[in-house]
Amino acid sequence: MKRRRSAAAIVALTPAILFLGACTSDQPTGKAGGTASPSAQSKFFDQAEYEAQLAMRTKTPQGPADKPWEQMIDPKMVDTAKYKKNGPYHLCFSNAAVNNPWRQVGFKTMQAEVALHKEITKFTVLDAEGKDDKQISDIAELTGKGCDALIVSPNTTATLTPAVNGACPKVPVIVFDRGVQTECPVTFIKPIGGYAFGADGAEFLIEKVPAGGKILALRILPGVDVLETRWSAAQAAFAKSKLNVVGAEFTDGDAAKTKSIVSDYIQRHGKIDGIWMDAGATAVAAIEAFEDAGVPVPPFVGEDQQDFLKKWKDEKLTAVAPTYPTYQWRTPVIAALRILNGEQVPQDWNLPQPKVTEANLDTYLQPNMPPLHYALCGCDKMPGFPQKWGGK
Amino acid sequence: MKRALPIFTVLLVLLIAIAASNPYFLEPPGFLAFLKRAAPLAILAAGQYFVIVAGEFDLSVGSLVTVEVVVAARLIDGDDSATWPVLALLIVIGLLVGLANGVITTALAVPSFITTLGMMLILSGAVFLWTGGAPRGALSEGFRAFGREELGPIPWSVLILLVVGAVAILLMRADFGRTLIAAGDNRRAASLSGVRVHRATIFAFAISGLSAAIAGILLGGFAGVSAQIGQGLEFQAITAVVLGGVVLGGGRGSVVAAMAGALTLEALFTLLNLHGISGALEFTVQGVIIIAAVAVGAVRLPFRPGASISPPMLKTKETP
Repeated sequence: MKRRRSAAAIVALTPAILFLGACTSDQPTGKAGGTASPSAQSKFFDQAEYEAQLAMRTKTPQGPADKPWEQMIDPKMVDTAKYKKNGPYHLCFSNAAVNNPWRQVGFKTMQAEVALHKEITKFTVLDAEGKDDKQISDIAELTGKGCDALIVSPNTTATLTPAVNGACPKVPVIVFDRGVQTECPVTFIKPIGGYAFGADGAEFLIEKVPAGGKILALRILPGVDVLETRWSAAQAAFAKSKLNVVGAEFTDGDAAKTKSIVSDYIQRHGKIDGIWMDAGATAVAAIEAFEDAGVPVPPFVGEDQQDFLKKWKDEKLTAVAPTYPTYQWRTPVIAALRILNGEQVPQDWNLPQPKVTEANLDTYLQPNMPPLHYALCGCDKMPGFPQKWGGK
Repeated sequence: MKRALPIFTVLLVLLIAIAASNPYFLEPPGFLAFLKRAAPLAILAAGQYFVIVAGEFDLSVGSLVTVEVVVAARLIDGDDSATWPVLALLIVIGLLVGLANGVITTALAVPSFITTLGMMLILSGAVFLWTGGAPRGALSEGFRAFGREELGPIPWSVLILLVVGAVAILLMRADFGRTLIAAGDNRRAASLSGVRVHRATIFAFAISGLSAAIAGILLGGFAGVSAQIGQGLEFQAITAVVLGGVVLGGGRGSVVAAMAGALTLEALFTLLNLHGISGALEFTVQGVIIIAAVAVGAVRLPFRPGASISPPMLKTKETP
């Protein structure tokens, strides 16, 4: 009986550890979350890249203004004549995962983009389900499948680099979203980046919240480079301001936890004057914490998800939504076709990264779309919209 | 009640510690907000208690909570008139999943750890398949009221928690409770002495499923729709029950202590948060609690003359 009990306890505990491990992170930091020290920069901070991104925000992108997914900022074009071949084409895609609404919307948009091009007769997709090891074997498998071009959305940066290096000599490779530490892909597609995202939100709060105001920063989890860059840029901006960052908390992207954390802070500090978030999925839960406490909702940083935009409009909030646009999922398909056509593409394809503001809120608010739909999908005029994206 | 004393002492100490760093906690609205937040976990712990005291496990409650919330959002889709029919459906889903767990565990003799682990995977897979990771629809105001609003000064979730607690105590005092404890303590002996072990076990699983349905309704009301809402709740519930001194393997422990365990766990999380300790530590804390509670339970075993139906061989063990 005794043995049975302790065995049971061990088994009960094991999955909890597995859950912990399931949060993929590139380089887990040893730094605990806790109260923010705005001066301390994380090891993810790259001063040159930070400055480059902030500068890119005000540059005029090249390309058609009504198709931001074809635009590029500061392109350094590379020759692709050696990849030129006649269609029809077989495109392959190694996807990190479809495990969150952002990737859901993006992947649907990519499939719709593929459907637009008759010359693509075959589109093979392998889903790595958020596992590095699976993606490594996925990439190896795809390189042997006669793909004309291989699109990779890496699960993590460092671990996937050798796999991409292995694929490059065999097939033109296009990487997007998260990067890899090698120059071998023909093009790397991404929006301006995390520093710009983080700075957009922080600068808005610095402008809207009076000096001395208390800011609470809500982060999903530590150790993921695309999220760390957002926070480090915000820290840099707050450090130069007169705002007081009273806390930086990890929410795990969980709505109930977010709401509890914000409620605690409202209790503890009497008043919170601004909320910064590194991703907007739980923004509405954070807003509700203020509503339920019976205090006015302070200036807010969210993201371009419909539930947040709706709340913003309905409650006339002071808010901003930096974006990491899902329209970037269209670009790899376009890039692949250009490469196979021998047209030049930029080595680093920097897409514009607009933010939703008071002024353009109505353009992005789509009441017919599901609450977790991302407004900047660039999919509004694609065949099958809005039903394919869950809209009415 | 005597058995529940240690956990209430721990709870009291934690509450005092919270109040020391946050005086607002002592005011009725502050304390009620804490209870409101803890209510779903306390209800889950009550449900889990019935299963654990019968010598089984229910690992499926976390994903069942997610299923309840996602289904509710999809079916209600913001339409207030759909609230009550959907609430009824959610209760039925909870009971059915619990019944399935119970029947598979008893009639097919699959260990409950495997049954409910399988159920957890089936349910989370089904949710993912159905939603594709992004739940659709929206909960109505009426639905959210249970987790979000108050009746006068008292939050609905606190009232529901009190009702659940009262019903749980009554159930444990009835014949059913004694049957369950007997079954958990020594299944074969209970069975030989005419106790309907299978029926009691199935009933316990159904109660656990029902508690997941209620917790889902409160959590969805509190925080809104999310496909991650139930993640890790099964472990929190088990930790809470163990923390309440209920013995894994069955046969001993009180339901009040299990619910107090949930409040204690929630208080501990609140305290960690108040002192700026990362939420990532919550898993570690839970792990330490489970191991420590079981270890302490094993060490104290010989001191428990109250547990009269324990196998006699364990009582001969020398005190360490």
